[in-house]
Order: sequence, then C-alpha cells, then structure tokens
Amino acid sequence: MATEHAASKRRRARNKEYTFVSVFFVLIFLGLAGYLVYFNAIKRDSFINSPYNTRQDTFADRVVRGNIMSSDGEILAQTNVSDDGTEERSYPYSNIFAHVVGYDTNGKSGLESEANFQLLSSHEFFLTQIRNEFAGAKNVGDTVVSTLNADLQTTAYNSLGDRRGAVVVLQPSTGKILAMVSKPDFDPNTIAANWEQLVNDETNSSLLNRATMGQYPPGSTFKIVTALTYLRQNGTFNGFSYDCQGSITKEDHTIRCYGGTVHGQEDFYAAFAKSCNCAFAEMGTQLGGAALLKTSENLLFNQKLPLRSYRKSSFTLNGSSGVPLTMQTAIGQGNTLVSPMHMALITSSIANGGVLMKPYLIDKVQNHAGDEVDTTEPEAYKRLMTDNEASLLGELMKGVVQNGTASSLNGRGYTVAGKTGSAEYNESGASHSWFVGYSNVDNPDIVVSVIVEDGGTGSEAAVPIAADVFDAYYFD
Amino acid sequence: MINVIVELSKYIILTLMIVYTFHCFYTVRQPDEEERNELLRQQLILIFFIDFTAFLVIYLKTFDYKVVRFYIEMQIFFAVIQILYRVLYKKASLLLLNNMCMLLSVGFIMLCRLDITMATKQLLVAAGASAVALVIPVMIRKMRFLRKLTWIYAGIGVVLLAAVFLLARTSYGAKLTLLGVQPSEAIKITFVFFMASFLSRDTSLKAVVQVSAVAAFHVGILVLSRDLGSAVIFFVAYLVMVYVSTRNVGYLGLGLVGGSGAAVVAYHLFGHVRQRVSAWKDPMAVYQNEGYQIVQSLFAIGTGGWFGMGLCQGSPESIPVVKNDFIFSAICEELGGIFAICLILVCMSFFLMIVNIALRIINPFYKLIALGLGTEYAFQVFLTIGGATKFIPMTGVTLPLVSYGGSSLLSTILMLAIIQGLYILREDEDEEFEKRKKEALQRIRAREEIGDRTRRF
Repeated sequence: MATEHAASKRRRARNKEYTFVSVFFVLIFLGLAGYLVYFNAIKRDSFINSPYNTRQDTFADRVVRGNIMSSDGEILAQTNVSDDGTEERSYPYSNIFAHVVGYDTNGKSGLESEANFQLLSSHEFFLTQIRNEFAGAKNVGDTVVSTLNADLQTTAYNSLGDRRGAVVVLQPSTGKILAMVSKPDFDPNTIAANWEQLVNDETNSSLLNRATMGQYPPGSTFKIVTALTYLRQNGTFNGFSYDCQGSITKEDHTIRCYGGTVHGQEDFYAAFAKSCNCAFAEMGTQLGGAALLKTSENLLFNQKLPLRSYRKSSFTLNGSSGVPLTMQTAIGQGNTLVSPMHMALITSSIANGGVLMKPYLIDKVQNHAGDEVDTTEPEAYKRLMTDNEASLLGELMKGVVQNGTASSLNGRGYTVAGKTGSAEYNESGASHSWFVGYSNVDNPDIVVSVIVEDGGTGSEAAVPIAADVFDAYYFD
Repeated sequence: MINVIVELSKYIILTLMIVYTFHCFYTVRQPDEEERNELLRQQLILIFFIDFTAFLVIYLKTFDYKVVRFYIEMQIFFAVIQILYRVLYKKASLLLLNNMCMLLSVGFIMLCRLDITMATKQLLVAAGASAVALVIPVMIRKMRFLRKLTWIYAGIGVVLLAAVFLLARTSYGAKLTLLGVQPSEAIKITFVFFMASFLSRDTSLKAVVQVSAVAAFHVGILVLSRDLGSAVIFFVAYLVMVYVSTRNVGYLGLGLVGGSGAAVVAYHLFGHVRQRVSAWKDPMAVYQNEGYQIVQSLFAIGTGGWFGMGLCQGSPESIPVVKNDFIFSAICEELGGIFAICLILVCMSFFLMIVNIALRIINPFYKLIALGLGTEYAFQVFLTIGGATKFIPMTGVTLPLVSYGGSSLLSTILMLAIIQGLYILREDEDEEFEKRKKEALQRIRAREEIGDRTRRF
C-alpha cells in the first residue's frame, strides 16, 4: 500500500513539468485567439479604412456608394443612378467642400477616402437586402453624417473670397471639425475632366488641403508658445516688465516692432496684447532654445498629429542655436513651420482646460433609411498643458481682443480670446495674415484658425474672416 | 440567387465549425466508450458537411468542373485513410485522426479557392505521405533500437542543414530548399529523436551541455540560412525537452535569458531581423517595403471581420505568399474571425491530445518524443498565426496541415503517424498492465483461498 502511494506521488511529481508546459501553450493559444478578438473589435477600423486598402472597392459591385451629409442635414456628396444603371457621384456644394469632402475619382481624398468603407457597406434592413439580391439590384450604402456645418463652411468660404489661405473651425470640447476651407480650390464634380490641369498646376496647387498640409511660419501666433515657456520657467506672468524702444539689437541682429511702434514700459499682458516683438525677442534669448524646443514638442511640433493626413510641423531651434535665430524664433519667424490645423489644435487645448480632444470628421453612420449604425464618441487625445496654464494663456488672449491687435472682435455680442499674427515669408517684408482664437471665453464654443496668404497683418485680413465665422455661429 | 447561397453558406460553415470545436473538447472528457465513438462519428459528419458546403460554393462561383473532380478525389482520400486506420490500427486515436482530416479539409478548401492546381498537388502529397505513414506505427513497435541511434540523428540534422546553407538558393530572403524539398522540415523530427534518445538516458550537467552544443549547432545554421522561424521552433523544442527531462526550472530560466540575449544580438547583427521587427512595430510606416505583406494580411483579416466575406468573395490573393505563410489571413478574410478562432482552438486541442498521450506513456524515450513533437507543432502554429495577425513579428513558417507546401505537409503527417504509433504502444502497455493485474489478482485470490483452507484445517 505504502509503495503504491509513493509511486503515484512520484508520477504526479514527474507530470508537474508536463502540466506546466501544457498550461504555457494553452495560454499562448488563448493569447492568439484573444488578440484576434482584440484586433477585430478595436484595431480593425484603423486598418480597413486605410487609403492603401483597395479591397473595399470590390464592394462597389454590389453596393451603391452612400451619401455624405453635413451635421445640419445638407447633402455634401451623393450618387445618382440613372435608368440604365450608370452611377455618377455629385457634389451639390461644388467647390465649397472640395478638400474636406474630397473626391472619389482619380483616387480618393478627404472624407470620400476616410469613410470609404462605411460608404460602401450597406446596413439596409435585411429583408430589403434579400429582396434586392433576388431582384439583382444593388443595396444602398450607409450615409455618413459628418461633423461639418454647411453654414459655417459656406461663410468661411465666402469670407476668404478669392484670396489663398485656409480656415479651420473646431469645437474644443469634443474635437468636432465644424468647417475646413482651403483655397485655391477645385470642383469635385468635374475633377476627372480637369485632372491633368489640376495635377500639373504647381503655382496654385489647388488639390493641396492647406488647412492640414500647408506649412506656414506662425508669426506672432507663436508668442503663445513663447509665453507658455515663460510661464513654465517663472510660474507666473506677474512681475514681468519690459521697456520697448521699438527695436532691439543683439549680435548685430535687429528685431523691430510692427511699423516701428515704441510700446514703452509694459507688463506681460500688454506685451502680448500689443504683440510686442522686442519684448518677446528679449524673452526668447533669456528662455533659451532648449526650453522653447521642449515646450514646442509638448505642443506637438515635430510630433505626430491626431489626423489622418497632414504634414508635421517643424521646430528646429535647440540649445546650441545662436542668439539671432533664437530672437526670430521666439516671435514666430525663423525656421518654424506650422499648419493652420495645428494652430487650431493648440488653441483648442487652451480653450478646453489644457486637454486636446481628438479632432474628427465622421459624427455618425446611418443606414439608408436613417437608422443609426455607429456614432463617434469624443475622445481625449492628450493633455498639452495644465488647467492653470491654459487659463492663464486664455487671460493673455482675452487681452488681445479687449485692448490689443484683435480689438475689432470686441463688443459683438459674444466674447472672444485670440492672437493675431503677421508672418513674413520673404525679404521684402510681405506677410501672411494669421488669427487663432475661441469664442465665449468662459465656456468656449468654437475655435477658429485663419490664415490668408499675403494678407498683411492679422487684423487686416484674418480677423475679419474670423468675425464672419463667429457671427455666423451666433446669429445665423 | 447564388449570392444568397454564398451568404448563407458562411453561417452554415461557421455553425458546423463551432459544433466541431466543441466536440474536440467534449470528446476527451467523455469516459464512456460508446458515447465517445458516437461523438467521433458525428465529427466525421460535421467535416463532411463543411466540405460539402464549401466546395458547393466554390463550384457555384467558378463553374469549374475540376472543383467537382477535386472534391470527389478528396472525399475518397479521407474515406480511405479513415477505413485503413480502423482496419489496421484498431487502437489508434480517432480524435487525432479526425483533427488531422479537419485541418487538411480547411487547407484543401482554401487552396482550391486560391489555386486548384496547388490544391491537387497538395492532395497528392497528402495521399503519398499518408501511405508512407501507415507503416510507421508498425516500425515504432518493431524497431526498438531507434532509441540507440542518438548520434546518427544529430549527424543527419547537421549535415542536411549545412548542405542547405551551402548549396541552396535564396528565396524570399531565406535559404530553405534543396532540390525542391525543405530539409529543415524533416530535421524537426530527427532533432526531437536526438534530444529524446540522449536525455532519456542521461540528464547530468555534462549531458545537458552536450545536447545544448548540438542544439546550438542546429539553431545557428538555421539563423545563418535566415530561416528564423525554424530556428525559433528548434530552440523552443530544445528548451522544453531539457526542462521536462531534467525537471530543473533553472535550465528553463537560463535558456530564456540566453535566448533573449541571442535575439538582441541577432537584431543588431542581421538586417533581415531588424526588417521583420520594424514591419511589426509600425507596418504602415514601411508600407512600401517590408510592411507591405503584413499590412495586406491585416487588411484581409480586418475586411473579413467576425463572419468573413464568404468563400470567393474576398481578395486574399493580394497577400504575397498567401498559400504558405499567410493562409490564416485568407481564412480570416473569407471564413471570418470566429471561424479562425475555432481553428485556433482546434489546433490547441490537437496539441493537448498529444501532451495527453505523452503523459500516459511510461517509456521515457517515447514520452519525450511525443512531447517534443507536440511542442514543435504548437509553437509553429503560434509563430504563423501570431505573425499573420501582427501579434508577434513575422517569421515565415507554415500552418501545419493547412498551408500549401509539400515538405511541411509530409513531415507533419509523419509526425502524427509517429504519435499514433506511440499512442498504440501505450494502449498495448495498458492492456499488458491490465492483464498482469488480473493475473496478480488471481494469484492473490488463489493464495487467500489456500490460506482459508489451511486455517480451516
């Protein structure tokens, strides 16, 4: 009896290793299955919606491409099927949504590319689908309801007129993109016919979406970044004092305030509101290239942006850069390049207590009959700054509207905080006109970012466009 | 109309597969022999209907009479091996046999859909391999000297691998084939035999050092031939076999540390290793180059979703080498994610069956062989499925029994025959044991009777 017991014990001990090995491999198999579940539940969309994925195009044999709608119920893109079955994609707003809605022939761009999978998937009632199947008819693809507002988009489009530039309107609390205009533009209805001409026209680059792909010097809008760097080093804007003489010279390099204006003795708020170049150039040399680089990268310069297609903004200053370049960079000149969308994202994080919401264009997907298939939930992307930093920067930006370079936005029935900029882009001093800002400062509603190429100062060209957009938002 | 059938077939195949998977786990737990046989019969019916539905769809989508011919040939093949096993080896594990037929079926379905000439070749190899495999259980029983051929196994392995390294041409960045066959597939078997014959006799430190040296030789040549997948499979089999035979966790830890170290060195030393890793980390970023294959695979898996596009409804041919290393992605695309998960579970039950057999064998040589072959199988499944789904970096190995590839199919069928042979041997041992127990009992009873009688007197 005793020997039998010992033997079974020995056998069990001997099998301990076998059990261990099988448990290990069972875990590995379950890991494989678990990962496949995870992929299908979470990662799947980001892959199948890739513009490289051409699989979904075969869906078009059995599905009529769905509509793209604006959030206020306007049709932005639809497919008309004629009696003989030929399909034609049409864009009722022609040029107005050209870049953001995009096109579906000669490749795909904009929402037509981003929502390709949804537009070619049909969630029609299954009995309808079966009936279509037997009748040999195609199912109708899902409708994509975008976050775009047709009214704001049209206002921004008309306000920009025939000048080159871009306008971005965001909702800072959610990340919804309400409008995105880029000029020069094109008509997506006739893009196939005009393709050669559009592609070869390098002077206009009409196909380029300047809102996300444009690379502009930020001009004085960059003083937001310099100010944040100052705040991070000093903890407060109070106690700052500078005596502006209209120009400042260091190492044989001179920086002038706009028009040679002498601002005299000023505190931080006044220097920011008047966009005093001398004060910020001096501040930049004291903060140093390394500190400016750090803040810039915190604000996503040289970094990935949470967008589908964009160009990275670049900031090249570092600890070993010379004084002249540091002075220039601190006031938004130098080698820094940024897109209007990126400036809108920075502003939106200031308006949202420091948290950047992930910007998005697809609000929801409905089937042809209007039943909901899927809704995008707003999602925080990253905290770019603390709540306190955001509210102090907001104070600075309020000053710009109350008694600074954007005072024409004052007293219009809503409150605005913002920053203007005139970004010189050649030796002769011609400049792009910038404005970034948000309305209803206590509980921000929308963020507007405007650039007008060769528009002069911010207050001349960009601020009036922002004013039109804010007016349209509150009064239309 | 055809589209409705295709659409319905997705759900039919999926339902049958789910039931089959359930059976795999349920059958093992079924103690009653009659019940178990009934379940095994049902499994065969399930396989039959999966094949029937799938090939019907493929025929309806292609109207190619060759599909019908292939289907009939395949059914004959399955029928013949099922009958032969039942006649020749009454004690063989029918669950193992069923699982083999199931996995082969899935492979035949996908290959037939991708390229029918490939499917036909695959069927021929399967038939040939199965014919050879039929004698293996007998050989295992008769050839007791197999255990003593230690250095012959090592010699075969090293010489063949070295020959591949020196003579083979490079394809897809790796040196794999010699005269159309992949010797590394066969060496998987000799390697396990070497390890088992050595470690079943001696597990001293000196012995471990010796087997480690031989194993390092195998793995080293494979790494130099850029056959990373096989290298890792050999390494894991080595590790598991040393650990189980010495029962020393220290070796496992040492091996893992050494393996990780070797991986880091390989990463810095070899460009192709870095490429695989960068394609795994962010395939979209290197889409134009090394990321292309894995991105295509993920497009296929993603487009398939849970229920799949239906047979002949996707475009798996856009994935490079889909028939070999990426067959799993094609399965995901057309038969769906849930079907693929069932397939993973079937592979898992397959592995557990093999370990279960190993557990019951008493002879340490055979015991280690079963475990070693099982480990190789399981880890290969992990590498290929993990690679296709981007769970781990891609290593370029096939999914045993499912992927296209003569050498891989042949060696897997031989492996299974060896395991069947061991299983039959084990059943014999059991019978022997039962018989002796009965005799012993009789003896005791006889003695007791004598005792009773003496007491009475």
